Amino acid sequence: MPPAPPFPNATVGEVTPQRVDFEEPLPLACGRAFGPYHLMIETYGELNAARDNAVLICHALNASHHVAGVYADQANSEGWWDNMVGPGKPVDTNRFFVVGVNNLGSCFGSTGPMDLHPATGKPYGADFPVVTVEDWVDAQVRVADHLGIERFAAVMGGSLGGMQALAWTIRHPQRVAHALVIAAAPNLSAQNIAFNEVARAAIMTDPEFHAGHFYDAAVKPRRGLRVARMIGHITYLSDDQMAEKFGRQLRNGLRYTFEPEFQIESYLRYQGDKFSEYFDANTYLRITKALDYFDPAAATGGDLRRALEAARASFLVVAFTTDWRFSPQRSREIVKALIDNRRDVSYAEIDAPHGHDAFLLDDARYHALVRAYFDRIAAELSS
Amino acid sequence: MNIRPDYSLIAEWIRPRAQVLDLGCGDGGLLAYLREHRQISGYGVEIDDASVLACVKNGVSVVQSNLEAGLSGFEDASFDYVVLSQTLQAMRHTEEIVLEMLRVGREAIVSFPNFGHWKHRWQILRGHMPVSKDLPYQWYDTPNIHLCTVHDFDDFCAQRRLEVLDRRVLHDGQEVKLLPNCLGTLAVYRIRRALGR
Repeated sequence: MPPAPPFPNATVGEVTPQRVDFEEPLPLACGRAFGPYHLMIETYGELNAARDNAVLICHALNASHHVAGVYADQANSEGWWDNMVGPGKPVDTNRFFVVGVNNLGSCFGSTGPMDLHPATGKPYGADFPVVTVEDWVDAQVRVADHLGIERFAAVMGGSLGGMQALAWTIRHPQRVAHALVIAAAPNLSAQNIAFNEVARAAIMTDPEFHAGHFYDAAVKPRRGLRVARMIGHITYLSDDQMAEKFGRQLRNGLRYTFEPEFQIESYLRYQGDKFSEYFDANTYLRITKALDYFDPAAATGGDLRRALEAARASFLVVAFTTDWRFSPQRSREIVKALIDNRRDVSYAEIDAPHGHDAFLLDDARYHALVRAYFDRIAAELSS
Repeated sequence: MNIRPDYSLIAEWIRPRAQVLDLGCGDGGLLAYLREHRQISGYGVEIDDASVLACVKNGVSVVQSNLEAGLSGFEDASFDYVVLSQTLQAMRHTEEIVLEMLRVGREAIVSFPNFGHWKHRWQILRGHMPVSKDLPYQWYDTPNIHLCTVHDFDDFCAQRRLEVLDRRVLHDGQEVKLLPNCLGTLAVYRIRRALGR
């Protein structure tokens, strides 16, 4: 028996992002062809000789290509899914070559609204196109081509990332063997779109938004971003979780003012402040639009079964019982459409108290399940 | 994986390459067995976290769901066989699940421990609730809330116009032909909706 690795649950360690440039414009759903552009990526583990052990991790609203590991010169710089991806972790980088891609329009290094428009020499701002989940997937395909990956062993994501994994199986069925669709939905409900619209309204009515061209004015619609994040954050947690974490706790008793007095108020303000410092308002608008637009069944008259006819992948679909933003019911719609197509699908409903955020946490049952599924993928590779 | 005595019998009844839905599939043992011996494809349904994980480990497609809520995730007549192996007696909505099985499947295969076995009768005659290899629980901790005998299930089918296509009663994995309701411990039925009215 080979000796066990010294740190079976170690992190991937220090990582370095790479920039990949694309000269050829990318045709977008909106009708524009966008480019040249660049995408930031990170990779962990080794691509094997058969080039069939690659796993693509798709990110959700406020994450990036920095999935795992740390940056050498930065404290607290763990990747956003560091508990999931690494040596000996559920997505084991000793066996898989894991790729994180920062989506087009992001504010974390890939070409986005903050970048300079080559024609004007000024930041794109409002002129940056509205991009869709399908546009992102097409951009990710070019990253796969760049890396010499014909077919991913798995494409995986939670929330908006899960929507990308689902879109991969429909749009590029031959290029994905397994899809892990976690805490996702086949489209947003009216209630979900409504939350996004409140967030957008907060940003767009901020006097410092300047119709999206605020970079020129050297200001930032911080207040709008803050409120957008606050409302988003409320929807990612469950009622029970919030009650347990904050309840009606006060910071310093009732003072008969409008200062933050309840702990939940100061928590939301803190989250909002932090977010408004590092996130870009134009990116936030576009990512929420991509969420709202995502609806693969729109092309088949609302029939998700027909929309998924093209899919060839095997699926693991996971939902969390207390997730009310992307409820288990929505995941079951995906599962039913896959079963109606006789696709290979397993579905797990994890009883976790953490609401939508649960997909980012290291719940033991959830991680054991993902680990078991990746064991199966690994077994298929070596056979 | 567990190989239970009713697996080979169920496999005998199932056409090669059929579509099978296994309700309360446990670790996926029956589906894996049928895949190997009958080249079937299908899905398991389970509510228990550890069983769902075991299915994923065993490479069996599984849907985590509560059978008591019915089979709304499955279309009418979308499976050749719907199997409920040694689970019926633990269900609350007994009648509903049998009717749901025959909505989703062309045929249903149901197995259950036979409460009519003579050892059970003898224990009741001596004044106790039966505890046996097949019903290994005390009255206060049993998950089995709807126990029945072979005769009871025959009546149930007749009253609901369900046609019994096959019925085998087993003891220690062997078929019991003489006095099955008295000498058999496990009953396995293959049923469908009776044709016509």
